[in-house]
Amino acid sequence: MRKHILVLLALALGIGFRAGAQSLTEGGQVSGSFQTDAQYYRLDEGIGINDLRGKQLGINGFGKVNYTNGDFSAGIRFEAFLPEMNGFRPELNGVGLANFFATYDNGFVGVTVGDIYDQFGSGLVFRTYEEWSLGMDNALRGARVVLRPAQGVTLKGVYGRQRFFWAPYLERDMDNDDYRGIVRGVDAEWDLNQSIPALSESQFRMSLGGSFVSKRQYDQSLFYYIPENVGAASARLNLGYGRVSFSTEYAYKINDPSAINNFIYKEGQALLASLSYSQKGFGAVLQVKRTDNMSFKSMYTGKQNDLDINFIPPINYTHTHSLPSLYTYSTQPNGEMAAQLQINYTIPKGTLLGGKYGTKLAFNMSQVNDIVRDSIMENGRMVINKPGTLGYTSNFFAISDHRFFRDINIEIDKKISKDWHLTAQYINLYYDIETIEGHAGAPVVQANIGFLDVTFKINNKQSLRLELQGLWEKEVHAGYEYEESEMKDYQKRGDWAAALLEYSINPHWSFSIADKWNYGNPVEEYRDHYFTGTVTYIHDATRVMLSAGRQSEGVVCVGGVCRTVPASSGVTLTVSTSF
Amino acid sequence: MKKLMTLLLMALMVSGLHAQTRTDLPNVTLKDLNGKDVNIARLTNNGNPIVITFWATWCGPCIKEHNALSDVYQDWQDETGVRIYAVSIDDSRSTAKVRPTVEGKGWDFEVLLDVNGELKRAMNVSNPPHTFLIDGNGKIVYQHTGYFEGAEEELYQQILKIVKK
Repeated sequence: MRKHILVLLALALGIGFRAGAQSLTEGGQVSGSFQTDAQYYRLDEGIGINDLRGKQLGINGFGKVNYTNGDFSAGIRFEAFLPEMNGFRPELNGVGLANFFATYDNGFVGVTVGDIYDQFGSGLVFRTYEEWSLGMDNALRGARVVLRPAQGVTLKGVYGRQRFFWAPYLERDMDNDDYRGIVRGVDAEWDLNQSIPALSESQFRMSLGGSFVSKRQYDQSLFYYIPENVGAASARLNLGYGRVSFSTEYAYKINDPSAINNFIYKEGQALLASLSYSQKGFGAVLQVKRTDNMSFKSMYTGKQNDLDINFIPPINYTHTHSLPSLYTYSTQPNGEMAAQLQINYTIPKGTLLGGKYGTKLAFNMSQVNDIVRDSIMENGRMVINKPGTLGYTSNFFAISDHRFFRDINIEIDKKISKDWHLTAQYINLYYDIETIEGHAGAPVVQANIGFLDVTFKINNKQSLRLELQGLWEKEVHAGYEYEESEMKDYQKRGDWAAALLEYSINPHWSFSIADKWNYGNPVEEYRDHYFTGTVTYIHDATRVMLSAGRQSEGVVCVGGVCRTVPASSGVTLTVSTSF
Repeated sequence: MKKLMTLLLMALMVSGLHAQTRTDLPNVTLKDLNGKDVNIARLTNNGNPIVITFWATWCGPCIKEHNALSDVYQDWQDETGVRIYAVSIDDSRSTAKVRPTVEGKGWDFEVLLDVNGELKRAMNVSNPPHTFLIDGNGKIVYQHTGYFEGAEEELYQQILKIVKK
């Protein structure tokens, strides 16, 4: 039935835009982009790669084309993983049309059929998105309607089934253990400043929103009664007065036993709040978060980030340099108490410390702890987190002593003269490997990291950049000694030093060489150098990058969602363009 | 589903006969830092050029590019009337941090929030930083990806080209 509706809609839209195209003097416009990332792997016994497991080459590529004509737009995206590069999920292996959509939006009503990306509020109950560098795509294949009945009021409805790598969108595909449910959701938002004329120029700002999302899944479990309809709701509020802003969102989910939460029947909750103050040259923001059992997937057996319906934003600083990125935090779906404070300040130009160009300072502190869980009575016995039970009770405001992560960092950014620019950062990290990476018995790492970036402009065309990093760590073992068989976990551990030198010629060329050295690894044979050389060519919106060398084991994260990258050695080529 | 795909593809092919490479801005509505809706297709600057940059709080080269643009922005405005829209593609984890970051760094650009990458997808941006130049008639005339020290000079040459026309 749904299929027929979609075909009809597509037909109607198709005819509509053909008619539209003829009535417009200019006709339609086409745009698009292409990217290919290819890696050639080679054996490198120095960093423990003794076997390529039959994989000499990994290629990830996509091409997308968008068509627009007035209020109509449509697009397709073709993807190829032949096979997928190391560190991407093997389920991606394949070629095909991964995404297509058609939209008509005249400002009052917007209709989309096909693969839908959208987000309600901050995403606590609904967010579908795509992140190429992570191989992540949870698009909803179905339909969306957006209504804007009055200025400042937006109503949305979505309906469909999520992308699950290359799994076909069948009603129920039990042969392949694929029993993804249907996701449907509604959202309403009201911005008072845009809808009430008297408030349009006011210092006071306010907007409200609310969402309801539910999934219809199929109970395939032999052990538990899985609820076949699971609903989640959220409410949000944004307030502002002049330079001060406050925003908050609260979400609630009914019982949703899953592989992630160990099949407990407890409800889920999440609260996000942030308060900020800013004026020219100064900005401060404080964020707090509490999540409890808020993993929400359209298939209850889903692992990792598979089929996530919602998005729980991690609130911590995102490091982009290679050494602090060795210890990047990723959200723990079963519960977190987190807080973050960030301050940005620019010492004005013409002062003693500000100098001729001003000096930019930034401070960030974030910490994530576990929530407190108390055992519950089940058949006369005290149990905690036992499958098939209500799991546990949790005091909303209590913070567990178990700290997952802490990051304190301070950065100074200074243009010294017309030709010299300097950025320096100090980072103090606390990182619980056992919890964050799931290696049982692994210690907590406490690291001090220093970073220095010096840029020298040779002339208007050429510049040199030197980047130096050092990581010095201390490990706290909880009375646990590692065994020989776990030595694999010891790659990347211990002290590191890194350096990078880049020479660039505007607007096309960049050449860089870099080395990372794990000189303080507790295991002597892991004290390796990771040399790489990279050449980049940019022409307008086209980028070609070729690099050769070793890549250390690590984590690549975008927006708090991460994938682990295994150590590798070889050549990487990236070609991307858009038009 | 196969039928739908075929239909869409056919429709695209048929219309593609008359289509040209895109120069218009897409019909996407984003919020500014005050929560106000801004429709990208209707951006205007009194016939003067507009620069749209894509950036994120976690993108090092983007911060460098915007610091560099910030240093020259006043001069550029005086000479060409250009206006810069800095589109943050930070997701909801960093939305609250965008305003304090922008103000704390002293940037004077118009800032828009593309929280779920809608404009990023519509304008085919793969990786930030990515910069577009729009002429006085609202047409995209130049785009550039990546940032090297001093690359703003190239952008300024492009702006001067359309101002002189």
